[in-house]
Amino acid sequence: MNSITLTIDGKLISAPGDQTILEAARENDIHIPTLCNLEGISAVGACRVCLVEVSGSNRLAPSCLTKVAEGMQVQTATDRLREYRKMIVELLFAERNHICSVCVANGNCELQDLAVTVGMDHVRYEYQYPSCSVDVTHKEFGVDHNRCILCTRCVRVCDEVEGAHTWDVSGRGMQSRVITDLNQPWGTATSCTSCGKCVQACPTGALFRQGSTVAEMKKDRELLDFLMTAREKKQWIG
Amino acid sequence: MDRVKMATVWLGGCSGCHMSFLDMDEWLVDLAQRIDLVYSPLVDVKEYPEDVDVCLVEGAVANDENLHLVRRIRARTRLVISFGDCAVTGNVTAMRNPLGVALEVLKTSYLDKSNLHPAIPSEPEILPVLLDQVRPVHAVIPVDYYLQGCPPPADRIRAVLEPLVNGVWPELPLAERRFG
Amino acid sequence: MELAELKELADKEKAEQKPIRIRCCTAAGCLSSNSQAVQQALTDAVTTAGLADRVEVLPVGCMRLCCEGPLVQVDPDGAMYGKVDPGQAASIVGTLQGGQTEARVIDTNMPFFRDQVSIVLENSGRINPERIEDYLSVGGYQALLHVLREMTPNQVVETMTRSGLRGRGGAGYPTGVKWGLIAKQPATQKFVICNADEGDPGAFMDRSVLESDPHRVLEGMAIAAYAIGASQGFVYVRGEYPLAIHRLEIALRQARKMGVLGTQIFESPFNFRIDIRIGAGAFVCGEETALIGSIEGKRGTPRPRPPYPTESGLWQAPTLINNVETLANVAPIITRGAEWYASIGTAKSKGTKVFALAGKVRNTGLVEVPMGITLRKIVEEMGGGSPGGSIKAVQTGGPSGGCIPASALDTPVDYESLTALGSIMGSGGMIVMDDATKMVDVAKFFMEFCMDESCGKCVPCRAGTVQMYRLLARIVEGEATAADVAQLEALCDLVRNTSLCGLGQSAPNPVLSTLRYFREEYNALLQPAPPAPPPSNQRIPLPVARG
Repeated sequence: MNSITLTIDGKLISAPGDQTILEAARENDIHIPTLCNLEGISAVGACRVCLVEVSGSNRLAPSCLTKVAEGMQVQTATDRLREYRKMIVELLFAERNHICSVCVANGNCELQDLAVTVGMDHVRYEYQYPSCSVDVTHKEFGVDHNRCILCTRCVRVCDEVEGAHTWDVSGRGMQSRVITDLNQPWGTATSCTSCGKCVQACPTGALFRQGSTVAEMKKDRELLDFLMTAREKKQWIG
Repeated sequence: MDRVKMATVWLGGCSGCHMSFLDMDEWLVDLAQRIDLVYSPLVDVKEYPEDVDVCLVEGAVANDENLHLVRRIRARTRLVISFGDCAVTGNVTAMRNPLGVALEVLKTSYLDKSNLHPAIPSEPEILPVLLDQVRPVHAVIPVDYYLQGCPPPADRIRAVLEPLVNGVWPELPLAERRFG
Repeated sequence: MELAELKELADKEKAEQKPIRIRCCTAAGCLSSNSQAVQQALTDAVTTAGLADRVEVLPVGCMRLCCEGPLVQVDPDGAMYGKVDPGQAASIVGTLQGGQTEARVIDTNMPFFRDQVSIVLENSGRINPERIEDYLSVGGYQALLHVLREMTPNQVVETMTRSGLRGRGGAGYPTGVKWGLIAKQPATQKFVICNADEGDPGAFMDRSVLESDPHRVLEGMAIAAYAIGASQGFVYVRGEYPLAIHRLEIALRQARKMGVLGTQIFESPFNFRIDIRIGAGAFVCGEETALIGSIEGKRGTPRPRPPYPTESGLWQAPTLINNVETLANVAPIITRGAEWYASIGTAKSKGTKVFALAGKVRNTGLVEVPMGITLRKIVEEMGGGSPGGSIKAVQTGGPSGGCIPASALDTPVDYESLTALGSIMGSGGMIVMDDATKMVDVAKFFMEFCMDESCGKCVPCRAGTVQMYRLLARIVEGEATAADVAQLEALCDLVRNTSLCGLGQSAPNPVLSTLRYFREEYNALLQPAPPAPPPSNQRIPLPVARG
């Protein structure tokens, strides 16, 4: 792939032409916040946190999906983008019952970290306080919908890496929920291989290992990276 | 130099933020030189006074007494600080909200889950009446500053109060803006 | 089959028609007011009167003036009757023998009918939608035959481009340009999809076309398939339209049997098969990428574009997605020529547009009007104005559109003018509002619709519409302050600029347009601002800072 040149936040950089803006930025130590994105699985552009401004376009572009182009001028942190990101994170906090202080992922949570990154000091929107269930029918893992942000990392990692497609999404709008099999309790989902990749991929405390208490659920993001690298480079074959 | 007239209150919370306040240890002695503590659970003043400079509000607004007090605080205070996660977000205090309105919550706690003398407590004029929804302080009154943490670590409280009593607006670093 | 044979079939069909034809609307609107019984009573009355040898009763599609249904029209003299009761059938038939009828006579010369220009709806209400022979009798499938015999795919694309036809689903993308993009793709597998997932509240144009003249849409799809090089098509129709689905199924069966669809159409090498896919009730599936997902058997959620379906659509193949009305325009453009079509309408918006006229207006139903006509002419002259007072606003474009105030009624109807007013052409819903309509309620209604129909994939649309709805509800209940309106506007800006698909991007439009034209209605509902605004961080209100 030919190398192209572009500027991100005024910095002139060169990148392979098949890279996304996000990849190019990361390689050049420019930090674009992300949430639904996870290295090793497909990008869906759902959280809208990584939106950037591209000169010449009046639409904001999801940097996780937009390919770099010759001469492209990208702005990743204008005042407008910062404000949008903060609003999106506040909307997420208002949407479900995220209570950091009693969460298994307290201190190891990407949503909590993102709130810090975007400078959220309080939530300006009305909290929704939906009634959400907790499913601990699985022998090792649990899902707490109070903490789910519908990033669908679990759906994608289960489908694309494990190949089981146990997870999917049901309902629409604010009624959307991640489900196992055809909305069966996780413990009875026969397609689940109990590999635990969904738990490691989950950015919050929504998916957790049972027995972990407050602040104990640390996610191992490197597991996924390790698996994908091993698979791509065929490290396990002869 | 003028002393800052300071108050602290706890609404629907666990008083953990006040414990953390006391954890500021010897700096409290320095602080005491700069403030008059005009109202607080830590001192014996019954009525929230007029003309307070700064008030640390711990806890969420959970009952009619909280609501009454927080409105009075706003009317009589120059600078209101939401002190800790319950005040800023509702936090644990607000965990009852998904259960429904006040009566539903009382039924769940005192009737459905009770195995000894199930009865909903009711002592008019003594027990405050629960609001249907627990709300963070800024949902009820305008708030001037937000201090995160459950509880906010003592150093973080000091990092806010120290510049404030010296007339400087506190700028917490982002990392000190963490919930939980 | 050659053209001569096709024409022969049409002539034969015409020759078999009886001299007097009583047409009875059997589209969904009239059916729901008992038109089936009316049709049966008419048939019985004809037999009883001994007129069966020269009078026939014909079930037809929509005759447009839906508020007067069930509608009956008698050919050749054209007398039309409205709100026909089965008990009036005998007297209507009696008029053929010089009798009188108490049935309500509809003036077919009033502006509602007179000012319409029929292209899309030209057969609607005139032919039996369940007989392909009826469609053939009005020249049906001759355009397809002509295209296959006489034109190259490029010529077809070029004709569509010259006609100036733009997508009638709402966005107004030039149809010929879209076809050309796909025709240029080297892929061997391509698809044509007819988007019949009409979901805007108050819009029923596409349903009417499918119920009244399904073959015309199929013929348009076949011509499109030939132009772009596709051999498979899908009609994606919403499950709430059982009659449209039923008539499409009949039409497909007949078309296959007659050899106008299927393999080696008209003995040419061109193969084209059409299947029906039924939507399960999600509004968002009208969005093209969600629609594609739904046909693929996946959850119907949009994905970011690019890549556009023209490059990578259904099963990653280049895919043409056109709306029902767009496709219904294709055959006449081929038959009568691009220049004829381009002669109708304005400089940038050609041809006609069908609107579903509804709300506080005397005449409700379907109107097909040339582009460039003023809104005033549609709602005041054709629609007959508002029965209960004066018109306050006209809503176009459904939940993606906006409310146009009465002061702007002289605006010509075209894509650009409506957009400039903060609304959109949309798919054709047109809801008239009178003085009694509360505009904040209207905004709240559409926001609730978008909130319920958000697919839940992207955060701003899923969570932002909920917050906007809550704020609107608070305003309506008189609990909000100016700060809430400011927050509402900030959310409008966020949701419009950051949502993934058109549903979210356009969801704020009803709020923004009512704020733009009717802000005083919002203000009238607000509480006074709270007394003590929080101090700014520039000035600390403490004694130490004062000194």
